[in-house]
Amino acid sequence: MAKFDVLVVGGGHAGCEAAAAAARMGACVALVTMRRDQIGAMSCNPAIGGLGKGHLVREVDAFDGIIARAADAAAIHYRMLNSSKGTAVQGPRVQADRALFRTAVQAQLDAEPNITIAEGEAAELLFGEPDSICGLRLGDGRELHAAAVVLATGTFLNGKLHFGMTACAGGRVGEEPSVGMAQQLRAIGLPIARLKTGTPPRLDGRTIDWAAVEMQPSDEDRWTFSSGTERRVNPEIACGITRTNTDTHRIIRDSLDRSPLFAGIIEGQGPRYCPSIEDKVVRFGDREGHQVFLEPEGLRDHLVYPNGISTSLPVDVQEKLVRSIAGLEQVEIVQPGYAVEYDHIDPRALDPTLSTRAVRGLYCAGQINGTTGYEEAAAQGLVAGLNAAAYASGGSEIIFDRADSYIGVMVDDLTLHGVTEPYRMLTARAEYRLRLRADNAGTRLSSWADKLGALGNVRRRWHVSRETARANALELLSRQISAQEVAAQGCDVGGNGAKRTLFEWLSFQDFSREALLIIEPRLETVDPSVLDELINDGRYAPYVGRQLREIERMRADEAVRIPAALNYRAIGGLSNEMVERLEAARPLTLGAAGRVRGITPAALGAILVHCKRKAA
Amino acid sequence: MTHGFADDTIFALSTGQPPAAIAVIRISGRRAQEALETLSGSLPEPRHATLTALRDPADGAVLDRALTLLFPAPNSATGEDLAELHLHGGRAVVAAVERALSGIEGLRRAEPGEFTRRAFANGRIDLAEAEGLGDLLTAETEGQRRNAMALADGTLSRAVRRWRAELIDAAAAIEARIDFADEDDVPDGDSGGAAEIARLRAEISDMLRAPPAERLRDGVRVVIAGPPNAGKSTLFNLLVGRAAAIATPIAGTTRDLIEYPVQFGGLPFIFIDSAGLRDTEDSVERIGVDRARDAIAAADIILWMGDPDECALTTAIRLHARADMSDRQIAHPQSDLAVSATTGTGIEKLRAMLVSRGTSLLPREGEIALSGRQRAAMSDCLAALDQIGSDILLQAESLRSARASLDRLTGEGGIEPLLDAIFSRFCIGK
Repeated sequence: MAKFDVLVVGGGHAGCEAAAAAARMGACVALVTMRRDQIGAMSCNPAIGGLGKGHLVREVDAFDGIIARAADAAAIHYRMLNSSKGTAVQGPRVQADRALFRTAVQAQLDAEPNITIAEGEAAELLFGEPDSICGLRLGDGRELHAAAVVLATGTFLNGKLHFGMTACAGGRVGEEPSVGMAQQLRAIGLPIARLKTGTPPRLDGRTIDWAAVEMQPSDEDRWTFSSGTERRVNPEIACGITRTNTDTHRIIRDSLDRSPLFAGIIEGQGPRYCPSIEDKVVRFGDREGHQVFLEPEGLRDHLVYPNGISTSLPVDVQEKLVRSIAGLEQVEIVQPGYAVEYDHIDPRALDPTLSTRAVRGLYCAGQINGTTGYEEAAAQGLVAGLNAAAYASGGSEIIFDRADSYIGVMVDDLTLHGVTEPYRMLTARAEYRLRLRADNAGTRLSSWADKLGALGNVRRRWHVSRETARANALELLSRQISAQEVAAQGCDVGGNGAKRTLFEWLSFQDFSREALLIIEPRLETVDPSVLDELINDGRYAPYVGRQLREIERMRADEAVRIPAALNYRAIGGLSNEMVERLEAARPLTLGAAGRVRGITPAALGAILVHCKRKAA
Repeated sequence: MTHGFADDTIFALSTGQPPAAIAVIRISGRRAQEALETLSGSLPEPRHATLTALRDPADGAVLDRALTLLFPAPNSATGEDLAELHLHGGRAVVAAVERALSGIEGLRRAEPGEFTRRAFANGRIDLAEAEGLGDLLTAETEGQRRNAMALADGTLSRAVRRWRAELIDAAAAIEARIDFADEDDVPDGDSGGAAEIARLRAEISDMLRAPPAERLRDGVRVVIAGPPNAGKSTLFNLLVGRAAAIATPIAGTTRDLIEYPVQFGGLPFIFIDSAGLRDTEDSVERIGVDRARDAIAAADIILWMGDPDECALTTAIRLHARADMSDRQIAHPQSDLAVSATTGTGIEKLRAMLVSRGTSLLPREGEIALSGRQRAAMSDCLAALDQIGSDILLQAESLRSARASLDRLTGEGGIEPLLDAIFSRFCIGK
């Protein structure tokens, strides 16, 4: 029998981040995985980041996590999405070399002395008292003991792969599903549902006519994901863009009777924003073509990931359909696309620490909670890992606020609303997104992370020096400047005669970075990333100020705690639907109850009155 | 939110003050059935009007033969058990039944608007409807009743829901461009929503121009103002038809505001007598003068009794007062009307002027009247839309904030409707 503080089941993005976060917090961690060599595998597209997702990566990095550094180590193609729109919604994304990414993740875990890798199947949860966890039994009978267990099993819970009309059990191609654990979770009364996702066929890049497709080069800019990364390390390659056409769509339509999606064999709900190509053809039949991105899987790998044609059609149809696409006429499929159905826990059974309410010490992170995406998984891994470590050492809960981070938005959404399709982060989900930028994640979160003890020494020193640089630059920006001086730089300030600080002048769209540097040349010496962040702060300051007032109003309701065992049925005036939703989500505060769908201000009033009366 | 509404059973006369042909008393709460049974000896079939004798539980004396109705929870106007007693509308009958109800344990008289609050708390009506209903309960004139009906029916709610749907459409186009920037399926052009938003703004500001509901409910506020000893209180007493204010020849008699509601020409008015405006050392009088100035600022109509040149407000009717006095036979050229409270000269004309101005200040039939809260939410929505700029992010923020303002009126919200709009419109996803 081996004794640890925290056990993590699963070596994907959620599991690795959970193990690393718990270890940084000082916990002694065992990471249980079926195959050590698959730790850090990217099972779907070879890309990290994107809109909303890039924000999550930067936030995990602000906690000194591993995904951003691994992405930098593996990046072979960079794109800053929305670079022409506001910085608040710019989304960094990289194509990553699969092998390099895996290596980088494994190297970071290996470098962490608090983490032990245990190879084997996590067969059974062990309980101390009925409602508290005490460890795991592995497939070979070994027992690992710990106060906290993080489940990050991805699509492996009762996983089922669909290739056309044939289906087989599996978590990923060539890997066994985890069935026993799924049964046990059902048995302890966790609400379980089923979701579906899919991947496209993998192509042999050597059989693609690259001259026939449009090429998209990597960004010129020198940005990286992690603030701990000094510079880009890999050669950068271009991605290809081609399109489906009416021929492709005809082939798909003619084969719909052999699609498990349309034949009703797949029961799980797939993501609306990541539809299969057969879905797109059926739902948007009038379109003549859909974009397909040809993404190389690595520098020394000839596999290409055709992003945009995820499918579960039979293999012979997949061959015909890819070959109908320009540039792919001669292409060879190395691994056919497939759909995967898997069990997930209704995340409303979790509290905002990602702990199950039913079993103390049992945490869940990643796809098991009904999300999709590496970044969403990593961010939940961080939350679960931090909290598992805090729980194991008797520390207090670590709860992310939706006003401060995308991580907080996601956890709040998941635990209050549950999911009806795999949950993906979108900037539209964050009502305070003008404050929640990818470029200020460190400023927003690292001081808190430091206080919690989640930063390593190197990152802590870096953060402290950056905070100093930021404060110094702010000092320079607090100088009062007259409107004439600003206007003299050719900026239209709309006849506004008042004196303002340089920071305040930044809210005038016409006041440029160049003009700022002419008026205050000492800003030239400020780290450009610090200055950019402050300029963005200034640009949105009036709007952010208004949002802060909204947040203040919200926090009043956040301060009202709702008793964990509140009997909602005893509150007059709540409809059955409201009661069911509140019982499923068990919001911790009145503010959270107000965000549960369909809960009216009147219902909130009734809950408040009830809580107050109980307390009296 | 401090009254314990889930426990008490409340009752109130829900029709106008007796005497009237019929008076309806409503009882709402857990003990409503019990109360009805106590008075009538049995329970009527739910939702069926039943003729029955109501007896005083103390001595068994018949109080009235009444129609009784029972609406069991939750399908009642308040969402609680609700009983209605349709009585003969004499003062004595109503008073006796009310007294009998007060004697039943667990029953108490309702606070003003409490029925509506319970209906709202139990989700029977939304906030907009609740406010409309509140006005209905205190409505006194026919015009008020019709207006309140339109609101309670959800006219405003419907309009708000339509605006919200349009805002969601406009936001979906913008959010799709932000969140799915690299999809060629989302056109990255200038937003096509500008025309729709302009139309929405026009519609909301049109509705905002409608007169406020408070004016319809409380009456048109007519403030009588001017220097001391100008005859304000005498005119006030004449207009309200009784000696509500002390009128003396001594300057500075009126020190506080005196309000009195009156109806004429089918319109509700509230007349306000105010302290004479002058600089004074008397601290009490000075407070009165300050209040007078506040009242002038909040007035719908001012009857100005001083030198016409000293009042340029468009809300003012400048009166040449005391027109019967020998030295005031010739009206000031800038005055609007000569009156005498002593002889009644010009008073009928003044009333006609008040009715004509008042009519333009009150909502026309079929028009929606907005309460202060509705007005504030709609103004916020409009302000958010007015700020819509060219930066796509700030556009999205304006639309979000506009949506949030309307959500305050309907109590709805959330991101799902927006996502639905995005995914039904655009083929998104790789």
